[in-house]
Amino acid sequence: MLPLTFQLRARGEGETMQLDRKDILGLQDIAPEEIRLILDTAQSNKEILARPVRKVPILRGKSICTLFYENSTRTRTSFELAAKIMSADTTSISTAGSSINKGESLKDTLLTLEAMGTDLFVIRHWAAGAPQMASEIVKSHIINAGDGLHEHPTQGLLDMLTIREHKGRFDGLRVLIVGDIMHSRVARSNIWGLSKMGAEVRICGPKTLLPAEIEKLPVTVFTDLDAAIDGVDVVNVLRIQLERMSKGFFPSVREYSRFFGINKDRLRRAKSDVLVMHPGPMNRGIEITPDVADGEFAVITEQVTNGVAVRMALLYLLLGGGGNVATA
Amino acid sequence: MWLLLKNGRIIDPGRGIDQIGDLLIEDGCIRSLSAACELPSPLAGEVRGEGEICDCTGLVIAPGLIDMHAHLREPGFEHKETIKTGACAAVSGGFSTVLGMPNTKPAIDNGAMVEYVLNVGKGAAANVLISGAATKANEGTEMAEIGDMIEAGAVAISDDAFPIQSADLMRRVMEYCRMFDVPVLTHCEDKSMTAEGTVNEGIACTILGLRPWPRQAEEIMIWRNILLAELSGCRLHIQHVTTKGGVEAIRWAKSRGINVTCETCPQYFSLTDQALNSYDTKAKCNPPLRTPDDVDAIKAGLADGTIDVIATDHAPHSREDKEVEFQDAAFGMVGLETALGLVVTNLVETGVLSLSDALLKMTARPACILGLDRGNLAEGAPADITVIDPNAIWVVRSSEFKSLGKNTPFEGFYLKGSVVATIVGGELRHGFLNNVQVAGKA
Repeated sequence: MLPLTFQLRARGEGETMQLDRKDILGLQDIAPEEIRLILDTAQSNKEILARPVRKVPILRGKSICTLFYENSTRTRTSFELAAKIMSADTTSISTAGSSINKGESLKDTLLTLEAMGTDLFVIRHWAAGAPQMASEIVKSHIINAGDGLHEHPTQGLLDMLTIREHKGRFDGLRVLIVGDIMHSRVARSNIWGLSKMGAEVRICGPKTLLPAEIEKLPVTVFTDLDAAIDGVDVVNVLRIQLERMSKGFFPSVREYSRFFGINKDRLRRAKSDVLVMHPGPMNRGIEITPDVADGEFAVITEQVTNGVAVRMALLYLLLGGGGNVATA
Repeated sequence: MWLLLKNGRIIDPGRGIDQIGDLLIEDGCIRSLSAACELPSPLAGEVRGEGEICDCTGLVIAPGLIDMHAHLREPGFEHKETIKTGACAAVSGGFSTVLGMPNTKPAIDNGAMVEYVLNVGKGAAANVLISGAATKANEGTEMAEIGDMIEAGAVAISDDAFPIQSADLMRRVMEYCRMFDVPVLTHCEDKSMTAEGTVNEGIACTILGLRPWPRQAEEIMIWRNILLAELSGCRLHIQHVTTKGGVEAIRWAKSRGINVTCETCPQYFSLTDQALNSYDTKAKCNPPLRTPDDVDAIKAGLADGTIDVIATDHAPHSREDKEVEFQDAAFGMVGLETALGLVVTNLVETGVLSLSDALLKMTARPACILGLDRGNLAEGAPADITVIDPNAIWVVRSSEFKSLGKNTPFEGFYLKGSVVATIVGGELRHGFLNNVQVAGKA
């Protein structure tokens, strides 16, 4: 049986809504209605994840390839589980152990895998714009699983699903993103998605880790964390990569955590029902203290679960949607 | 052999001539130029031998254009361009003379290499000149044999594509070049600020998530090189200026009497970093495309004379160099065959420069900087002539380029101002003039 929850109603029009797009490259060019549809679909998927037997036949016969040019634990596993729960066939290619190591170009890799019958590519790449380039090369669907410093739209969506589950809305919420904004595709996707849905986005980090002219995006920029955290509904803590230190972006771990680490004291300035999020992997004791990471406000493991639900939604909406659904 | 170009608008910007008239070419040189009917008439037998008369009504007759910044890629990168194909692209774009940059493989860093390029260039469609490398193998560590290269015929010394980072070495290069009175052409980039940088630092770069190439990396080096030019007395020519601050620095240097000239390229007054929106690798160049403010400053610098020259930085690349991830894609775009159209469309039609002033920056000014006896229509000068239809509108189609490189961000653009014919040394090398046409030149 297909879960009826997949048959979403579009504002009383009585028609099944679909994502009218080939690819998910970022949240910059996605409409609020599309975000709503994805989050609604993901929300209903959580019921499947709660079942004792987590398997539905919706994407049976569809072939999904995860193509990863960068290391990843959670994103890759999350996509693969999402695909498998929906009965799609998955293959995974990573830089090590593939012809990419022999110098095969992204273009040829994609064309080869498409010729084998890949319906959808999940692409993680160190180069910003690689998924966009891929979308111009193959007819298969593309989902961006993180490209350079550009976007990580599925992380943005899972963060938004987590926020909406707890707060029930975006409109008027104050969301603070703190840390290495410059090198964060998570921050960029969150900024686009949340601001589109009516949230007030604040960003805070050392000046050296704020990208140029970021104030031209719909954000309020802070370098003083105590001021930034004042009265916020959500704190999204970014991972600080330690190799940034050697390049002169900040002087020491000690000083970073003193000025930009989230700890219990700082959190008191936020709203009393603040949510603490982190895209992982965490540096406990640096950008976030362990008591906060494991504390009552943290929803970090929920984010991971929601990641599977969001990715199921995207695979379904791109591959399965509407009349394309096989009957079980 | 003679050729009479009749009733055209003769623009010889270096000598302030802009008049309707006739131009007579005889035996590869310009014989005379004057208002209609004042020339020795071939018809009356005053000029002997075979010849042609071409009606140039409605067309502009200008000195052959000179591009003082092109990458001809040979030797080493013949899949991108060769000296011959680059020269064909040059005449196709109205350039009768082209100056090659020394970042080949091996680099043009000694007299023998200079001779090699000039020899290959002798049989090419355009006059091929070469700039010698400032340092051995372009490595920026040891000075190359500059004297030898100049004796062999190099007309300039350049660190293009491999900017010399050491201020001390740049000082020595300038002092050494001062002896020979050759210009030093510099690509201004502080590499410590542009590590992995590909696009202008600013909101477009931030949104795209690409690595920044800030304006200040260019401006710091412009200032450094200006100060070293003052110290050494060397003739400094700053290549491809792209920023407002760069224009201001050069304006200051000129007002102080420092011996500095500079160029910009059509892409820097025609496009901004918005062209990178879809990660179009064809718009990836070094220095990167800047912002509307910078474009305005470049135009102002062209108008007030701060910017002396319009060059192309013609940088042909093969498809596989560009059909890759943006970060990995080669820098540069072809420019020889779109330059004139972009100049007419974006500078002349918009009132930034008169046609004569624009042509000055593509003829007499570069000729003067490089010390060439070209770029004007004086009697006895080599008959390098470009005939232009200033009103023709055409569509950029890279498939029609003579260059091996098709990497242009202007594909499909409608441009005004086209090259009707390019004459080099009295010979028609490109285009059509009435019944005269290029016979099987490749």
